[in-house]
Amino acid sequence: MSISVRIPTILRTYTGGASEVEASGATLAEVIDDLEASHPGIKARVLDDDGDLRRFVNVYVGNEDVRFLDDLATPTAPGAQVSIIPAVAGG
Amino acid sequence: MSTSVVETSPAPAEKAEATPGHGLREGAFGNATALACRECGHRVDLGPFYACPECFGPLEVSYVFPAVTRAEIEAGPRNIWRYKALLPVPTDIEASPNTEPGFTRLLEARNLAATLGLEKLWVKDDSTNPTNSFKDRVVACALSAARELGSRVFACPSTGNLANAVAAAGARAGIKTVVFIPSNLETPKVVNSAVFTDALVAVDGNYDDVNKLASEIAGEEDGWAFVNVNVRPFYAEGSKTLGYEIAEQLGWRLPDQVVIPVASGSQLTKVDKAFQELIALGLVEDKPYKIFGAQATGCSPVSAAFKDGKKVVRPVKPDTIAKSLAIGNPADGPYVLDICRRTGGVVEDISDDEVREAIVLLARTEGIFTETAGGTTVGVLKKLVETGQLDTSLETVVINTGHGLKTLDAVADRVAPAATIAPTYAAFAATGLA
Repeated sequence: MSISVRIPTILRTYTGGASEVEASGATLAEVIDDLEASHPGIKARVLDDDGDLRRFVNVYVGNEDVRFLDDLATPTAPGAQVSIIPAVAGG
Repeated sequence: MSTSVVETSPAPAEKAEATPGHGLREGAFGNATALACRECGHRVDLGPFYACPECFGPLEVSYVFPAVTRAEIEAGPRNIWRYKALLPVPTDIEASPNTEPGFTRLLEARNLAATLGLEKLWVKDDSTNPTNSFKDRVVACALSAARELGSRVFACPSTGNLANAVAAAGARAGIKTVVFIPSNLETPKVVNSAVFTDALVAVDGNYDDVNKLASEIAGEEDGWAFVNVNVRPFYAEGSKTLGYEIAEQLGWRLPDQVVIPVASGSQLTKVDKAFQELIALGLVEDKPYKIFGAQATGCSPVSAAFKDGKKVVRPVKPDTIAKSLAIGNPADGPYVLDICRRTGGVVEDISDDEVREAIVLLARTEGIFTETAGGTTVGVLKKLVETGQLDTSLETVVINTGHGLKTLDAVADRVAPAATIAPTYAAFAATGLA
């Protein structure tokens, strides 16, 4: 069973306008690699030059911010929902 | 005094396009010219955008300011629109219904200063805004942006004060308004929103959960202006008016030290931006100033990062009575760190008990009833003095961002009648209060 990934507006140029795409992988890092294979260029928008999550992007597995879990090593169970959301909101 | 044209930009970048895109009317955003990424300098047209398409960094309004004089500002209305030349709003902004916030009182706090051992202390009291918090300032700017962008719905995720301000401004503007709040908010903040709108949505979760939901809705629904999401660059500029007013009310000069509460951190960064703009425009003398950030320990990710010497802010799960500051994942946290370090200030935090004590301290020394955010700020001021982190010989301003009637429960068990007596003189005399 694949992982469902919600794509923010500013990344939909990489997904042909799709707001949700399917990917696979046992961890968030693997899911992002798989996303890159299907939608080239998207990985560099989400990760910085050191391969870490960019400072102003929040990624959730289910409803939990992966920074409260294991960051890129966070497990992504089959059927999980991953959400990529700009962090510069609120307040 | 006269000034020359001044261009402001968050980062060095190519010259901005002076013409806004997306079918906007001429002058829809005043002297604003573009949105620029604070991280990488990438520029996009003025519009409902908030995150950089290159790096996700926050977009910030850039301007080309014309010459602006003190006299022109002083001749303006006694609200934030006296600074409209410095805001992303049209020149005819006063013609559109809004709550006309701002130009709140700057009170010299002699009693509190004496109690804490400060030589000169002022309270910028934003509890007197139309819905009793500083949020009316930012919402007024967001409402203008929503209008100019042709938005159908005016909305926000909120810790309470923003919900009050958005609901009221939306009612006055006659625009459909939907407000999202955590379901555990203080009752007064719930009622103060629900009275203005029949579309208040309580979400089971904390503020960060509500914020995430709002970001998702903003990505799916066309025509929605979430004030602190997709029109956040325009909204946030409203907090600059706190800085402008402090300087103008001090006689067109900057204070030496300012203590500001930190939730998302936006307000603190905008007060700094305001001071820098006033200097660049020649409206105040260029001088050093220190900016201090205040958090409650139960939600102090920025304070923790400051103390640890970090440049990034690790999110936390909030657990504090200061719910209006309970943002565990503060969007502008890194910039608060930068500004406090650059100016020589610090970010400090205090316990919930200290917040409660500070609410009563401000009330009993200055007759100002502040909510928990203001209690946090005054309490941190006290701690900064006691720990020698703030220079007591320098002129200091502390910002009170909201009214205590919104968080009555915070002090309800600390204040009460001194006595309950029979309606007789003898009974009164027995109290010892004569």
